[in-house]
Amino acid sequence: MDYLYYPGCSSKGNGIAYEESLKAVFDALDVRMDELPDWNCCGATSYMSVDEWKAVALAARNLGLAERQADGKDGVDMIAACSACYLGLIRAQRYITDYPELGKQVTAGLEAVGISFKNRVRIRHPLDVLMNDIGTERIASRVKHKLAGMKVACYYGCQIVRPYATFDDQQSPVMMDRLMAAIGAETVNWPLKTRCCGGSLSGTVPETGLRLSFILLKEAKKRGADVVATACPLCQFNLECNQGEMRRLFGESLDLPVVYFTQLMGLAFGLPSRALGIQRLFIPLPAHLLSRVQEGGRNVRV
Amino acid sequence: MVQQPHQRRIKYQAELDSDFGRQIAAMPGGEKVYSCIQCGACSGICPMSIYMDYSPRRIIAMIRAGMKNDALRSQTVWLCASCYACSVICPRQIKITDLMYALKQRAIQEGAYPKRFPIPVLAREFFQTVQRDGRTSEGRLIARVYLRTNPWRLLKQASLGYRLLRHGRMSMRRESIRSREELQTLLRSVG
Repeated sequence: MDYLYYPGCSSKGNGIAYEESLKAVFDALDVRMDELPDWNCCGATSYMSVDEWKAVALAARNLGLAERQADGKDGVDMIAACSACYLGLIRAQRYITDYPELGKQVTAGLEAVGISFKNRVRIRHPLDVLMNDIGTERIASRVKHKLAGMKVACYYGCQIVRPYATFDDQQSPVMMDRLMAAIGAETVNWPLKTRCCGGSLSGTVPETGLRLSFILLKEAKKRGADVVATACPLCQFNLECNQGEMRRLFGESLDLPVVYFTQLMGLAFGLPSRALGIQRLFIPLPAHLLSRVQEGGRNVRV
Repeated sequence: MVQQPHQRRIKYQAELDSDFGRQIAAMPGGEKVYSCIQCGACSGICPMSIYMDYSPRRIIAMIRAGMKNDALRSQTVWLCASCYACSVICPRQIKITDLMYALKQRAIQEGAYPKRFPIPVLAREFFQTVQRDGRTSEGRLIARVYLRTNPWRLLKQASLGYRLLRHGRMSMRRESIRSREELQTLLRSVG
């Protein structure tokens, strides 16, 4: 095993294509990723709103279970692909060290149910692993069809880089942009890449949440993006699935495809589109973009 | 929110809870509430502040002034989408997002939130589902929240739900972990 994998609830529902494409890409790069046995929900933002301490205990159970898989090694790297899970797990670790009284209770609570906990798991984002462990050279060497001529707006969302800057800049991150360059795509200069998509507000108070998503998409389109690449199931849902509702509310049809960055990697690697969950997109990638990919950008007509 | 002309604009000391600021300062995230210099950088960068009844800067001032009721009943705390832009930009390193979480918790404890406002309802439904099963099932969770707050929206969203189902992106199955009792014991032991 190279890495442990924490899927999160969304990967079994709305975010299923993220998991499919992530697994396919890691397989293609010969990197092994094993799912954490009997993982539970990370707590996301909702759990924190009700009871902070229980939220930390909830996330910490996953950390304890991960340590069990360390096989006597000093620590273990666990990949969390969803932004909310990534933050939820890291936040639990920080709270346990920052608030010792809370830390003691959580550690004792875990031990009482037979889970030892030493706070030794490294939570990693797939972008971090791809860029810092695997490296652009190895990724570029696996590319079969360069995404030449495809203009990508890289959307990081909030919670990967904030509040904790773990592997990239907090206001203007670059890892995904570099990754897209490595697979031959062009990235657009889009300063809204860490501006909030609205999160769960798009469902609870749509008048506000949808406007945030709309602003992001409209600006990406204005800057010439063919596609928006995301790294979070909720961002992807907000930006893609709500475009119909946005058209109704704001009277403008955007029709901008929104994919996971791993799906674009898979296309560049020449993996079958079903293995990448491309068929699950509401707004399909336009045929001319896909054929350009297959031709490796040789016959680009402008 | 625009101030209504008939609304009283002053507060009497008897209406304030002078201990409120101290209580919030004792919660995770509240530590630095007294070092706020009221610069307003948080309100400027917050993408939601234009929809809030009080800007984040005002909320901090209200906490310190002891305006407990107004702060806990505000929509502001529930409209925070947890994007942490304010926490990163704050020159005094106040964890404003965590402060909002502290207020949300107090508002739920004291039942001081708008009853049919879907955000706290979502938080509580989410909390209960995870406490019971260890995981959430998006489809079931969202259906329950709409049923409790605005059943009309459930009907309006039916076509989106159908599309999600057809694309294999939603299931109504109840997800659960194996060691549910272990998790429940753990959660009972903390807090």
